[in-house]
Amino acid sequence: MIDEMYIRGVEVNYYFVCKTKLWLFSHNVSLEKESDLVKLGKLVHKEFYRKDRKDVRIGPIAIDVVRKGNELEIQEVKKAKSMEKADLFQMLYYLFYLSNLGIPARGRITYPKSREVVNVELDEKRLRDLEEILREIDGLKRGKMPKPVRKKHCRKCAYFEFCFAG
Amino acid sequence: MRKRNFYIVSDGKLRRKENTIYFENAEGKRPIPINSIYSIYALGSLTITSQALNYLAREGICVHFFNRYGYYTGSFYPRESLISGDVVVKQAEHYLDREKRLYLAKAFVEGSIMNMARVLRRNGEDDTGVISALQGLENSESVEEVMGAEATARTEYYSKFDSMLSGMKFEKRSRQPPENEVNAMISFGNSLLYSAVLTEIYHTQLHPAVSYLHEPSERRFSLSLDLAEIFKPLLVDRLVISLVNKKMVGEGDFDEDFKGVLLSEKGRKKFLKAFNERLERTVKHRTLGRNVSYQRLIRLECYKLVKHILGVEKYRPFVMWW
Repeated sequence: MIDEMYIRGVEVNYYFVCKTKLWLFSHNVSLEKESDLVKLGKLVHKEFYRKDRKDVRIGPIAIDVVRKGNELEIQEVKKAKSMEKADLFQMLYYLFYLSNLGIPARGRITYPKSREVVNVELDEKRLRDLEEILREIDGLKRGKMPKPVRKKHCRKCAYFEFCFAG
Repeated sequence: MRKRNFYIVSDGKLRRKENTIYFENAEGKRPIPINSIYSIYALGSLTITSQALNYLAREGICVHFFNRYGYYTGSFYPRESLISGDVVVKQAEHYLDREKRLYLAKAFVEGSIMNMARVLRRNGEDDTGVISALQGLENSESVEEVMGAEATARTEYYSKFDSMLSGMKFEKRSRQPPENEVNAMISFGNSLLYSAVLTEIYHTQLHPAVSYLHEPSERRFSLSLDLAEIFKPLLVDRLVISLVNKKMVGEGDFDEDFKGVLLSEKGRKKFLKAFNERLERTVKHRTLGRNVSYQRLIRLECYKLVKHILGVEKYRPFVMWW
């Protein structure tokens, strides 16, 4: 239907966090294995919502938590509320992906550590934004690795040494 | 938990019980928590159960083996978990393209020479002889010529060793067998360094067999040899010089027989301790602005190489800045 559908959810997230990280991750240059913050994030994911169905894979997307009631509810569990826009569009992408398959769903982003929940809906305006972003991600992935740009959150990133060691 | 290198010098057995690795021998059983292991150097006669190996593999831990003379014999290099087709293809491209390969071969030797010069200057020696080899390096048009420039620099460098050392003679570089104590330490240090570099390569997407200065056909993990060149002056030569001059090695630390001079078990323990302290020593990194261990510097070198082959940033070799 659309060729952007090979994009993974976390890539949509990384689009907002860092273009270099997005490129490296999508070319399998992953460096998250040794990061304590990544381990913490994985632990949060593992420990919360134990009773629910977790890690449901559909094509390139992997949904954290799925609940079935009258309507399908999907959840993305996040460690901290520091990258809200990135989290939002990651969730919007899941909703978009599912709706393309003819599956209507409701989205929730949960931050168990601060006990916050954000409900997400895909409206016309957001859909247009998302489609534009997906096109850009596609272009980025096909291009050369973007040169790292140093930002405040770089120091905490698993790619920090890779990007700035010279 | 901070991960560290484990050096197993005595004979014994490594086994897994639940989620812990145990080292057992006649003296008892010692737990080694899995999260504390960065890599293992096996220097004694070591038995490992397949359960232990499977577990170490799952956690991505390399085990390096040495025979009873302290010669490196091989590594348990777990199944690669960081695979990037893009990186491997580009890595090979930089080998196949003559100019690209030459650039990297020269860069490695340049780093090696600059670091040799640094060792000389720190010990109050004249480095002009070593530095002048850079001219030959620059004019080199083949990898053989690059190797030649490296050899010239190294001969110059070694010619200064005897005036840097007090109480032990170096005379000249000899290996297999090393003819004296200093050579024995350099050989042992170089093989430990080779293993340390290999561990770092394992934790990146680089393929350890695709190399530039050394021929990939030469040895299995020849990229390790390439990168080790840059770090020998910092991690091996400086260590040997300080052990000799501080009289930390001597009587009883070496064995002499028809195989030449080798570190004794006691000497090997001393050397390993000092080598590991050096790997763990830290220095403030200038662009990262944080402290990094000497061992980590090797990893950063791998990252720089990945960036170079991906065409993001030209590779410049590590040169000691302190």
